[in-house]
Amino acid sequence: MSTVAADMHHEHEHHENNNVFGFWIYLMTDCLLFASFFATYAVLFMNTAGGVSGKDIFELDFVAVETAALLLSSITFGFAMIAAHKQNKSGTLLWLAVTWVFGVVFIGMEVYEFHHLIVHGNGPQESAFLTAFFSLVGLHGLHVTSGLIWMTIMMIEVLRRGLGDQTVTRLSCLSLFWHFLDIVWICVFTVVYLMGAV
Amino acid sequence: MSFLGKLSIEAVPYHEPIIMITLGVVALLGLVLAVLITKAKQWGTLWNDWITSIDHKRLGVMYIILAMIMLLRGFADAIMMRTQLAVATNGAEGYLPPEHYDQIFTAHGVIMIIFMAMPFMIGLMNIVLPLQIGARDVAFPFLNNLSFWLTAGGAILVNISLGLGEFAKTGWVAYPPLAGLEFSPGVGVDYYIWALQISGLGTLLTAVNFLVTVIKMRAPGMKLMQMPIFTWTCTWANILIAASFPILTAVLAMLTLDRYMDFHFFTNEAGGNSMMYINLFWAWGHPEVYILVLPAFGIFSEIISTFTGKRLFGYKSMVYASGAIAILGFIVWLHHFFTMGSSANVNAFFGIMTMVIAVPTGVKLFNWLFTMYRGRLIIGVPVLWTLGFMVTFTIGGMTGVLLAIPGADYVLHNSLFLIAHFHNTIIGGAVFGYLAGFAFWFPKAMGFKLDERLGKYSFWCWQIGFMLAFMPLYVLGFMGMTRRLNHTDNPDWNIWLYIAAFGALVIAFGIFFQLLQLFVSFKNREQLKDTTGDPWNGHTLEWSTASPPQFYNFAHIPHIKDIDAWTDMKERGESYQRLDKYEPIHMPKNTSAGVLMSAGLTTMCFAMIWHIWWLAIIGFVGAIAVFIKRCYTSDVDYYVQPDEVERIEDAHLTAASKGVKA
Amino acid sequence: MSQHNAHAADHGDAKSYIIGFVLSVILTAIPFWMVMEGEFSKTTTIWSIVTMALVQIWVHLKYFLHLNFVTEDGKASTISFLFSALIIFMVVGLSVWIIYESNAMMMY
Repeated sequence: MSTVAADMHHEHEHHENNNVFGFWIYLMTDCLLFASFFATYAVLFMNTAGGVSGKDIFELDFVAVETAALLLSSITFGFAMIAAHKQNKSGTLLWLAVTWVFGVVFIGMEVYEFHHLIVHGNGPQESAFLTAFFSLVGLHGLHVTSGLIWMTIMMIEVLRRGLGDQTVTRLSCLSLFWHFLDIVWICVFTVVYLMGAV
Repeated sequence: MSFLGKLSIEAVPYHEPIIMITLGVVALLGLVLAVLITKAKQWGTLWNDWITSIDHKRLGVMYIILAMIMLLRGFADAIMMRTQLAVATNGAEGYLPPEHYDQIFTAHGVIMIIFMAMPFMIGLMNIVLPLQIGARDVAFPFLNNLSFWLTAGGAILVNISLGLGEFAKTGWVAYPPLAGLEFSPGVGVDYYIWALQISGLGTLLTAVNFLVTVIKMRAPGMKLMQMPIFTWTCTWANILIAASFPILTAVLAMLTLDRYMDFHFFTNEAGGNSMMYINLFWAWGHPEVYILVLPAFGIFSEIISTFTGKRLFGYKSMVYASGAIAILGFIVWLHHFFTMGSSANVNAFFGIMTMVIAVPTGVKLFNWLFTMYRGRLIIGVPVLWTLGFMVTFTIGGMTGVLLAIPGADYVLHNSLFLIAHFHNTIIGGAVFGYLAGFAFWFPKAMGFKLDERLGKYSFWCWQIGFMLAFMPLYVLGFMGMTRRLNHTDNPDWNIWLYIAAFGALVIAFGIFFQLLQLFVSFKNREQLKDTTGDPWNGHTLEWSTASPPQFYNFAHIPHIKDIDAWTDMKERGESYQRLDKYEPIHMPKNTSAGVLMSAGLTTMCFAMIWHIWWLAIIGFVGAIAVFIKRCYTSDVDYYVQPDEVERIEDAHLTAASKGVKA
Repeated sequence: MSQHNAHAADHGDAKSYIIGFVLSVILTAIPFWMVMEGEFSKTTTIWSIVTMALVQIWVHLKYFLHLNFVTEDGKASTISFLFSALIIFMVVGLSVWIIYESNAMMMY
């Protein structure tokens, strides 16, 4: 019944494409979520309530390293996807692991920055500026952390199940997510850190 | 911090007789229902065929059942408010103290918008849209099931608040600082926040689901500009949902952080700006009302063209007008707070944009009139709702244009004039639309028509009742009465309050007739049976299926050549065709993952409300665990074999040939 | 065969990632340098970093996310992105305007 088999394969491709496209639409809604927090940051960043402003607390060389880590992780994820489409299991796992390490470096640095601010009395409860800063940057960090957890699960899936259609589709969705987070970070370092230090 | 957070037996309002009696009645009804289901041995069916169903038609029915139950609760709130205002005149206190009354008007708004209107609209969209585009289900059937249960979870939270704790007393918009921790220290605002967040997530997922469905799963040959008009208006609404609901998620999250972690988004001290809440809330809130009304416009288009037997006039302009309304709907939101202190330039810009939106709406109205012109309009119940809409909504729209003038709005903002305006448009527009759609598509969904006579009684009670209940509010608004008053002391106002209360009673009869209609129609379902699947001689593909439709919708996906695809097929003699050979049909399996995930997340929300942190973690982790397990389940689909398809198709074609007029 | 090519437009090859990476590094390094070491006026600096951020976003969309107008999916994804960008521009822009004006009315 070759026609039925061909139909089934065609249907499978459809399902995979639907998943990736559906995930993209979800990412568009996530853009709007971030936009709301950006808008809030834009109206609250000057409300320092007599406390610190961005100029006082932002350390740009630190942020530059974070940015480099995230940008590198984007390209390494790209290499992971190339390997995945070539059915190269070990290549995929290697590049995913490298991406994961860069991601952990980014989060580690961000946690360090937050902790440093809080212990010096500049936590989110001190002013509207700090509230908006911690929330916007923290929202991005939460997304990256979720991505890292998802990446861990995917590495296990690739290890145990190989690179079947469903797995490659899921990796495609994760890759969209990961690149999208790097785009949001461009906005964060521009609007928050660079403009704050100008 | 105790094991149960802030929760204790004190949370039960046992010293409030009205609430305790209500709880008693609800418990009794629930018990009766459980006993009936047990006696009929239907728990298995309920679980296997409904609760775990990923069939868009079943989910649609469940959404509408949810909407109707919440309509009763929201309307009970309305009756309570109208009677309170009718008796609490000339300085009298009435029977509802302010702390209770404030929760009633808050719950009324939240329930009617989020848990009645939205589920009703989403329910109709679920039943009809996939059929209209010739699809067998939506793009993500499991997600669809999850979306329903998330919405139901939100409704459950709102209902629990009646018996445990309190609801918000802030009005349905919950502005800080009133909604902040200092002035609302109780759990009421937290119930509000979490109910909206969980149901908002469900709605957002629905929008994503249906957008992918429309873009990717139309029948071959169906171009975008050949889709049925209801599908188009729902698509615009889904685009609006996708674009606006994240803003609601964001602003409620910010309020949550203020309340739970002492942040300063909207506080008075430390530089917070409560105006930003109002701004973001309405940036969601205005698109929300277009989300409600656009599908209703689509329903009216379908009904008018079907009941006049004509093609819809100006299909393209209808699509573009709906699109214009959708996009313009994103740049008018400040008209909800003209009076709150931004500059004259800002007010002028938004005032003008608000008036501009009346133009595409007018285009649609004229297209409906032109469709009816020289047609032979059959005045069935769906048409009555449509005609009622045209008159009622137009009045509401005109008062909207009046309010769009910032200078006028300064006098009328938050007066009863405003209340009359938005009820005029929401009831006259959205609710009449859904009730029309309900009457129109009921035979398709359930297999039998609704009793016409009782339907007409219901409509007239709603229409007359609406006028009696809300026209006086316009007068009262001009006379200076503001909204959310617990009692009044102006003798000139009294007569209008009495008329309005009487109007609410007439609407109550409208609802009563609706329930009676359901009961009687169900009892007479054999006589009222829809054998052909096409009781109204419809134009679009849903009418080509059986009533209720085959569970796989279409044995053979038709190739579409024209707009009004079913009419086209009938005219070409391609309707009701028996195929020689049927192919196996790929269908998704039912699953418990959706209801279980929602149970986990609803538990998490409940726990967050009462500060039971360990329970919140368990609920959240549990939901994620169910999801991950689902991701690694391979037994999620199956193939319907050709012999079963043939059997079902033969039954439909035989019944249809008996019923189709020669 | 053409379906395979169209399919390939939706995910990239090593070249596109490397080009994207190099461009991104440049578009990141310059803004950081301008703010940390540069002696430009505030207005110049802000306009420059915003412009370069927008260009870098485009670089990411094209070279990492492979947005295109070629495939059916590419078209749908790109149009939905452009629509979202429009909404974001309107909502953020108008929100900032509204609040700044209301702050000004309160002489803030």
